[in-house]
Amino acid sequence: MTAKRIISVFFRYLVRVITLLFAVSVIAFILVSLSPVDPVQQYVLSVGSVSPEQRAELEDYWGVNDPPVERFGNWFRAIIHGDFGTSLLYRRPVIDVIREKFVNTLALMGCTWIFSGLIGFGLGCVMGANKNKLADRILKKICLLLCSVPTFWLGLLLLLIFSVWLGWFPIGFSTPIGVLNSEVTIWQQLHHLVLPALALSLMSFANVALHTRQKLIDVLESDYVLFAKARGESRREIMRRHGFRNIIMPAITLQFASFAELFGGSVLAENVFSYPGLGSAVSAAGLNSDVPLLLGITLFSALFVFTGNMIANLLYGAIDPQIKESYANE
Amino acid sequence: MVCEHKHLLDVQNLSVSFRMYDSGLEQKELKVISDLSVSIDRGEILAIAGSSGSGKSLLAHAILGILPENATARGNMRYKGEIMTPEYQEKLRGRQIALVPQSVSYLDPLMSIERQVLGAGKNAKERKPALKNIFGRLQLNESDGRLYPYQLSGGMARRVLVSTAVIGDAELIIADEPTPGMQKQQALEALKIFRELADEGKGVLLITHDVDLALEFADKIAVFYAGTTLELASSKDFRGGEASLRHPYSKALWRAMPQNGFEPLDGFQPYAENLPSGCLFAPRCEMCSERCKTEIPEMRELRDGFVRCFHAT
Repeated sequence: MTAKRIISVFFRYLVRVITLLFAVSVIAFILVSLSPVDPVQQYVLSVGSVSPEQRAELEDYWGVNDPPVERFGNWFRAIIHGDFGTSLLYRRPVIDVIREKFVNTLALMGCTWIFSGLIGFGLGCVMGANKNKLADRILKKICLLLCSVPTFWLGLLLLLIFSVWLGWFPIGFSTPIGVLNSEVTIWQQLHHLVLPALALSLMSFANVALHTRQKLIDVLESDYVLFAKARGESRREIMRRHGFRNIIMPAITLQFASFAELFGGSVLAENVFSYPGLGSAVSAAGLNSDVPLLLGITLFSALFVFTGNMIANLLYGAIDPQIKESYANE
Repeated sequence: MVCEHKHLLDVQNLSVSFRMYDSGLEQKELKVISDLSVSIDRGEILAIAGSSGSGKSLLAHAILGILPENATARGNMRYKGEIMTPEYQEKLRGRQIALVPQSVSYLDPLMSIERQVLGAGKNAKERKPALKNIFGRLQLNESDGRLYPYQLSGGMARRVLVSTAVIGDAELIIADEPTPGMQKQQALEALKIFRELADEGKGVLLITHDVDLALEFADKIAVFYAGTTLELASSKDFRGGEASLRHPYSKALWRAMPQNGFEPLDGFQPYAENLPSGCLFAPRCEMCSERCKTEIPEMRELRDGFVRCFHAT
């Protein structure tokens, strides 16, 4: 790849991400404007009794009654400014809240992502290579079961077994209660991470495993594997030379494209485990009419999912000779 | 037939059938190859000629032991006189017996041509000088080795497939329709390579529907019909015309060739599901008698060849 091509690819994606984020911000803003969410009412409820005059003043101050375009303009300026407005719930710039919560969510999703990817791919290979044998049949049933179980239910089950009955893991939060943030050790954080990560992984690895299984079966039944067999390649050589090569690509794409599901799943898992990440922040923002935070996280998650898809695209190009060539010809 | 001397490959009474599910759970056996016998000696090209759908490719797969799971092969197969058990077949595959498959789909789409032609295993690298030589003979450029299967034209893909079989030291080469898609010149070149290999003492089983091309290079021709051989003739007999051929189907095949009148035969090959109970060719045969409709003729020796017909003289 020449430097010129890298720059051209970079600009192409830059344009895409800017247009995407603009579109998302417009649509999200319209949706919130149309929804019954009323930040002033929520605020009033939290401070107690407020006279109608005070309320009108507040509305005036917040610009609730300005025309929508002007409101969008105000918000958009805040984005350009870099703070995304002020969170009503946390009384801090939205970007600071996101930054803080994202570290927790990233730890959770990162663990889940790696765990479910590796285990899912490995199990999928085992199942595919042993198609319809006992191990495959049992694993397949487990996977189908896990696929159809809702995350929050699985989370509650894990809490019940491991936190309440066995007492191995804490019941919630990302750090022990009553300990200063500065004194929390990495082990304590990991200890709190295990259950939510497990719940999320159990959800997504089954998907990865079933996809990998099917893909491997397709590959093993292909003409080129038959020919490899005819040429005297052993089962192992076939797996190494043809199997992995042909299934790794769909698996990678699936894995990066799963960012969206991962994000969705983390909203549920974080709520069940009271884990202070972006997922629980977004539901709190929605329930408490914290419009700037809600919009901020929406934009952020769009960026996050875009990044996942972009990485999948770029990797595909690096691995598949056919796509590599079409990129080079562009 | 008792085998007096050791053939390179000797197939006796081979039947291949598939287990299929009919409507619902009813299982049935679909016989695609029935009672087939062929043998190949060193230095010989045996062409198996027959129209498509007659089970020719399955014969190749049965010899190599790579039939699909729901297929069973019965009968006797010997390589150099030794019975071909699944273990023995596994040892022979790719080492003693090489396959030239039918289409580009037999190449891994994500692997470069060179790596695929060289094959797996430790001595893949040692074959590199041979690769250059073979590519040259097949009019492939050395740089073509860096291409991927989707970048090959149909003819190039065939030549690459031929090269995979030629590069090893296999003593028996099974070529499954190796020439379609090649230009005449290239097809001739490919067959010339097979001829040279045969002259070096190897055996070549050439599966084809192009009788014309097969005649030029093959020593013997087995006429394949609905999963079995109806006649085994030397290619000399085919050149000799209708009179020197034995089976009515071979004669019809000869008449159907462009230079011999281009006269098609009425009817169509029976499908494996409803094979006639007697001679497989009976429904289309003008010599058909009552006996042909109920009894399957055995392969019998006739004028230095073999024929599966009661009436052939």
